[in-house]
Amino acid sequence: MNRFLALLALALYLGLPAAAAAKIDVFACVPEWASLAQELGGDKVSVYQATTARQDPHRVEARPSLVARMRSADLIVCTGADLEVGWLPVLLQTSGNRKVQRGQPGHFLAADFVDKLEVPTVLDRAEGDIHPQGNPHIQLNPHHIAKVAAELSRRLAQIDPANAVYYAARGEDFQKRWREAIRRWEHEAAGLKALRLVGYHKGATYLCDWLGMKEVANLEPKPGMPPSAAHLASLLSSLQSQPADAIIRMAYNDPKAPQWLSQRTGIPVVELPFTVGGTPAAKDLFGLFDDTLARLRKATGR
Amino acid sequence: MFRRTIVAAAVAAIAMPGAARAQEAQTAVSQQSIPAYGRKPIVPEAAFNPAISLILDGKYRNLEREPDTYQIGGFIPAGGHEEDGHGHGAGPGERGFGIDESELTISANIDPYFTGYFTAAVTGENEVEVEEAFVQNSGWLPGFTIKAGRYFGAFGYQNEQHAHVWDFVDLPLVHQAFFGGQFTDDGVQVRYVAPTPIFLEAGFEGGRGANFPGADREKNGFNGGGVFVHVGGDVGASHSYRVGASYRKLGAAERTYDDVDSAGTEVENAFEGESKLWGLDFVWKWAPDGDPAVRNFKFQAEYFQRKEDGTLAFDLEDATGLGTPSDSYSSKQKGWYVQGVYQFMPRWRAGARYDQLDSGTVDVGLVANGILTAADFPVLAGHKPKRTSAMVDFSPSEFSRLRVQFSQDKARFDEKDRQIFVQYVMSLGAHGAHKF
Repeated sequence: MNRFLALLALALYLGLPAAAAAKIDVFACVPEWASLAQELGGDKVSVYQATTARQDPHRVEARPSLVARMRSADLIVCTGADLEVGWLPVLLQTSGNRKVQRGQPGHFLAADFVDKLEVPTVLDRAEGDIHPQGNPHIQLNPHHIAKVAAELSRRLAQIDPANAVYYAARGEDFQKRWREAIRRWEHEAAGLKALRLVGYHKGATYLCDWLGMKEVANLEPKPGMPPSAAHLASLLSSLQSQPADAIIRMAYNDPKAPQWLSQRTGIPVVELPFTVGGTPAAKDLFGLFDDTLARLRKATGR
Repeated sequence: MFRRTIVAAAVAAIAMPGAARAQEAQTAVSQQSIPAYGRKPIVPEAAFNPAISLILDGKYRNLEREPDTYQIGGFIPAGGHEEDGHGHGAGPGERGFGIDESELTISANIDPYFTGYFTAAVTGENEVEVEEAFVQNSGWLPGFTIKAGRYFGAFGYQNEQHAHVWDFVDLPLVHQAFFGGQFTDDGVQVRYVAPTPIFLEAGFEGGRGANFPGADREKNGFNGGGVFVHVGGDVGASHSYRVGASYRKLGAAERTYDDVDSAGTEVENAFEGESKLWGLDFVWKWAPDGDPAVRNFKFQAEYFQRKEDGTLAFDLEDATGLGTPSDSYSSKQKGWYVQGVYQFMPRWRAGARYDQLDSGTVDVGLVANGILTAADFPVLAGHKPKRTSAMVDFSPSEFSRLRVQFSQDKARFDEKDRQIFVQYVMSLGAHGAHKF
């Protein structure tokens, strides 16, 4: 009898949290927004991260598993600015989930809330895969994260008003910690100013803009076009006359071309996490910036 | 159908008013060197226009055998040869250089409730065909997508894909034999995606059923319809799959085809009855850590079976002077294909495909009762058509692709056809989506 009661109690204990949970289902297109949603939503949200740091966010496919996850999402948190143009519209259409369609509170695009760089003045595909709304890789400027976080906190409260106070408190706490971290990062990175970098894709534009570094060249001849032999040869000759301090490679970039260029120029390759999970140390958003700066400083000795 | 959603969303992005959009427009404007006529964001009138994309598809074909004699031995062909010229139907198409179809797609959100989609195919013979034209709901029914108009039928995997995303120049033989090409229908399609962690989708279609293996019956209501179910998911970070099953039933009133009787007279015969098809499809994709940019592999296979029951009328025009005898007809036929495409380095892919059909059992009443002989129905003789294809393609960007394909086609009764194709497929305008 006692054992039966104990089992019953255990069943209730295991079953209740699930029943009482009714967490907000968040579908995050890329790891940085999954991490941010978790920071701000705490145990009131259940976050599904659609892609990993090893995947090129431009090239993700609208896999059946993603359709299934979007079907039951209460909120999608994506970058926008056409970063996910190759797959997000397919997921929205196929999943038939009203709550996350454009214009609904459950449709949150981070790039809507920050000023974008490299907005093209001429739209021509001869310039490669350019984005009409500007460069979408906004996450490597921590001031952007702060702005997006403020909007996302408000959005969570709008979707789940019962926990509005909770989200506000968590948001405030995050902003406070984040401001302190930015102060620390900007102090640590003072020496990185005017650093000359060779990028791969235009993935570090906002990082350079934040820290006053300069992206002097890109391995991709044009955005979205893989490095070609001819372009690498011309890079090699221009770097021999005008050297750079580092070649940066984001976690998802193919290592071959950066290695090739590094061996011939002696310029070190720095592997940057790009997003949460891109390196072992980039466990969350704080770790993302800690590790990005640490790796840049170590490679350049500044 | 996936370009549709993309372009619709792109249009929505431009057309949707809102604080965020206005802010963004201002940002964009402030960074351009636009003459200072005022401080308001400049929104051109064209912003409300639909998204437009155009596909250009050109081919060079080197065919060992005269394409006019092409037939898939053992299978009733889908109408005359006129429809075979532009590659979407049965057969390899015409010899030499040609543009097959230039596809013009226009799509947009109609209002907050509906999305519209239209694709016109302008053929190399200067004809315009409505390939797809439908409206559908914009996500206001939880999990349901309802489509009305003309669309690619949801039977199997490849049938719903536009020609420009095919991995080979031409359709698998099963589509050519059982549907006379890509199956489209005018009607209504309902799909439902279940709110489950694993992808589970089911749906049905009902429509006019006028296209092969159906034939127009000029009746109210449905003359054809089908059901389908798809299940899919991931296995680890690197693998994903989708499996599906489909069933379809179509009615045919007077579905004619050409043949030559035992005396060498050209005759036109007609089938009337019911055509039932079922199919299984499987797609599996691999990409290291789920990132297909450098290397990836795609495996795809489908198995179709078709059962037809009804009557077969011989020589409608009475060219033989025997009148137009008619008796029962029943057949059970099947076919399948497997293909694999491997991207071994950025931009470059290589693939192989094997097709096989089995004409199975065909019972012709006119032969069984002795009025005619099997030699009077040469197209229906037993045969196992086979085809082997290999291709290599190069995609300078995601908007352009160049391809070379070699096929050894043994669809004809006893002749082998060596086929060489060189193809370009390019898209202009609205950004395409990466459909699974």
